[in-house]
Amino acid sequence: MRLCELKPGESATVRALLSIGGIRRRLMDIGVIDGTTVTCVGRSPGGDPAAYAICGAVIAIRDRESAEILVDPLERGALPWG
Amino acid sequence: MGLTRRSTGKRAIDRSFTATDDPMLNVALAGNPNVGKSTVFNALTGMKQHTGNWSGKTVANARGYCENGTRHYMLVDIPGTYSLMAHSAEEEIARNYICFSHPDAVVVVCDATCLERNLNLVLQIIETGARVIVCVNLMDEAKRKHITLDLAELQRRLGVPVVSTVARSKKTLSRLLDAIDTQLNAPASTPYTVRYAAPIEQAIDALTPLLTDKVGTALNARWLALRLLERDTPLQQEIAAFLGFDPTEDPAIIAALARQRTCLAQEGMTGGALRDSMVRSLMSSAQALCEGVVRRKNAVDDNIDRRIDRVLTGRLFGYPLMLLLLLFVFWLTIEGANLPSQWLADGLFWIQDRLSELFHLLHAPTWLHDALVLGVYRVLAWVVSVMLPPMAIFFPLFTLLEDVGYLPRIAYNLDRPFCRCNACGKQALTMCMGFGCNAAGVVGCRIIDSPRERLLAVLTNSLVPCNGRFPTIISLLTIFFVGSIGGSSITAALLLTAVILLGVLATFGCTWLLSKTILRGTPTAFTLELPPYRRPQIGRVLVHSMLDRSLFVLGRAVSVAAPAGLLIWLMANVSVGGTTLLAHGSALLDPFARLMGLDGVILMAFILGFPANEIVMPIALMAYLAQGSLIDVTDIHQMQAIFVENGWTPLTAVCTMLFSLFHWPCSTTLITIKKETGSVKWMMLAALIPTLLGVLACMVLTALVRMLT
Repeated sequence: MRLCELKPGESATVRALLSIGGIRRRLMDIGVIDGTTVTCVGRSPGGDPAAYAICGAVIAIRDRESAEILVDPLERGALPWG
Repeated sequence: MGLTRRSTGKRAIDRSFTATDDPMLNVALAGNPNVGKSTVFNALTGMKQHTGNWSGKTVANARGYCENGTRHYMLVDIPGTYSLMAHSAEEEIARNYICFSHPDAVVVVCDATCLERNLNLVLQIIETGARVIVCVNLMDEAKRKHITLDLAELQRRLGVPVVSTVARSKKTLSRLLDAIDTQLNAPASTPYTVRYAAPIEQAIDALTPLLTDKVGTALNARWLALRLLERDTPLQQEIAAFLGFDPTEDPAIIAALARQRTCLAQEGMTGGALRDSMVRSLMSSAQALCEGVVRRKNAVDDNIDRRIDRVLTGRLFGYPLMLLLLLFVFWLTIEGANLPSQWLADGLFWIQDRLSELFHLLHAPTWLHDALVLGVYRVLAWVVSVMLPPMAIFFPLFTLLEDVGYLPRIAYNLDRPFCRCNACGKQALTMCMGFGCNAAGVVGCRIIDSPRERLLAVLTNSLVPCNGRFPTIISLLTIFFVGSIGGSSITAALLLTAVILLGVLATFGCTWLLSKTILRGTPTAFTLELPPYRRPQIGRVLVHSMLDRSLFVLGRAVSVAAPAGLLIWLMANVSVGGTTLLAHGSALLDPFARLMGLDGVILMAFILGFPANEIVMPIALMAYLAQGSLIDVTDIHQMQAIFVENGWTPLTAVCTMLFSLFHWPCSTTLITIKKETGSVKWMMLAALIPTLLGVLACMVLTALVRMLT
């Protein structure tokens, strides 16, 4: 599934990053590479962007960008850190 | 708002010339955004560089000085960056400083709560060949989140000194200074080296001897090999400029590079794949380094933050709470500023009377007394009594919001509407900085990556009122609307919020219009870090923003107000053809000003207030006084009397407020825009947009009201 489909409270591991150009590097720099666990922690009042917990930090990403991040959903509670 | 005394740079210059036998050692302070880098910098240098709990606070290199024993250091606080592969202007500043300024040491400040991501940057900086000291900051937050770190082990693995700090406690910082000292004394060592995929390593091995031969020790050969293989064109231009020759034009290097690229291509490593492989190696190295060093005890305790976020950025409360908060800040500002303003006015005008007596006692000529006391001093007294109290309340309140971490949430909440205008959510941050000072807001626009979106933010920044314009709007609101309907400061705050919202609305409108005309384009990708909420350091905020920032802004206003006071006095007293210059000027402007619902004096005050918006009202008052019969203004009722005597109606007041909200930015802001955009054209446009908007709005409103009455 795509990262943007993740609902608040749900977690997933990154499978592939499809973005290209500058944003690809930026996303990798903040930790979006295959295997990283990402948790959706909420959505902004306008519905977009959404906030994700990545590598211990909370990062807001717009749906347009998170649609290009493919993830495998994790069961609730199966988080490596809680 | 980022406006501090350091912008003047005086202190920095003075201290760099204190003669010492030791050479000044240059230490750069690098790190991810929002890891408390500026706090470390301030604690070490005792400087008051503004810190805020959001990414991109430091938009330019700030310098400060400190000593440890006999060593003297020049510390350079460079903008926060996630990696050295620059995406934005500020990251470019950071990268260029680390790579090309050859600091004696680089302290990389890391966030203890997400060390792994921070190590990515540490590894990249080590790779440039810099002498690195790792400073793991925010140890207190890590402890709260039950994260334990084995820093001795990390130091062993990295091969560079690792120290832990709690930047808010000075004690831990002396450890950092000692580590810098030790590292500078130590013989050069070989720290941890990131190992890339085998084909890349082969290419590096093949290139390094040749590169060492060509560039010597000017740049680290391994680092240069990687960058050349990567084909980062802007960086290669910087490298060429630094070396004085372009390595990508050297025949031997071209040939070697071509050979290695062919080999890499055979392994499928071209362009994107090559870069991905490099990032992956960096990331997995960081991961491996953290293995066993970072231990998390069960659940992460950031639930409180998430709960707060659910309310502050929630669908239901996000927007209303933002409005309420704005309202509350303004109410506190207005309510709190009332009495002190009165006291200040009383005190300062009491001093004016004493000054007058002194002049009489000394038998000073009347013209001198009038020019200095009634001209210079009186305008100064007005500026101080009207401006200081609201500033001394607004600045700290705003800084508190910043310190807590609310500002990035505003950007998060407002990204959607800004995105609709084809702009970037971070424009919300620069807009908020504009409430403090538009010039600071314009500089802050560097946090926006895309040049087009940055320009949108720069051009529309002065559509929200800065602190120099608040007092004008607040006093007019109070005089003409709150007093007459028997309202309270709550009414005033409501009205002021409405005025601000008008400014915000205009920001959206103009941004949208610009993005549909001369700055066409679609919004670019956007990532925004929402930092953890932090307990604000109330004492520090109060001291720094009240004293430092308020006094700085006030100082600037006063230094403009004094000559303006003299000028206006001269204009009111020098006559040409029987009429004063002031009367000539206002008579000239009057017909046009009337169309806008203003009068010649008000329009002239706006023109003379070009150097600083703070002095617009004092100039208008002074001009009225010079023509009228009243001698002194000590309170708001007398101000009202003067205005009414000069034919002001509520419409005049509304139009003055409108024009105060929308007119040309002050000279400082315009100069800043010229500097930031590098073009007179954009500067002119930045002046034209709000001016046109203001003139049109005033004219339409006036015509409508006159038609209806």
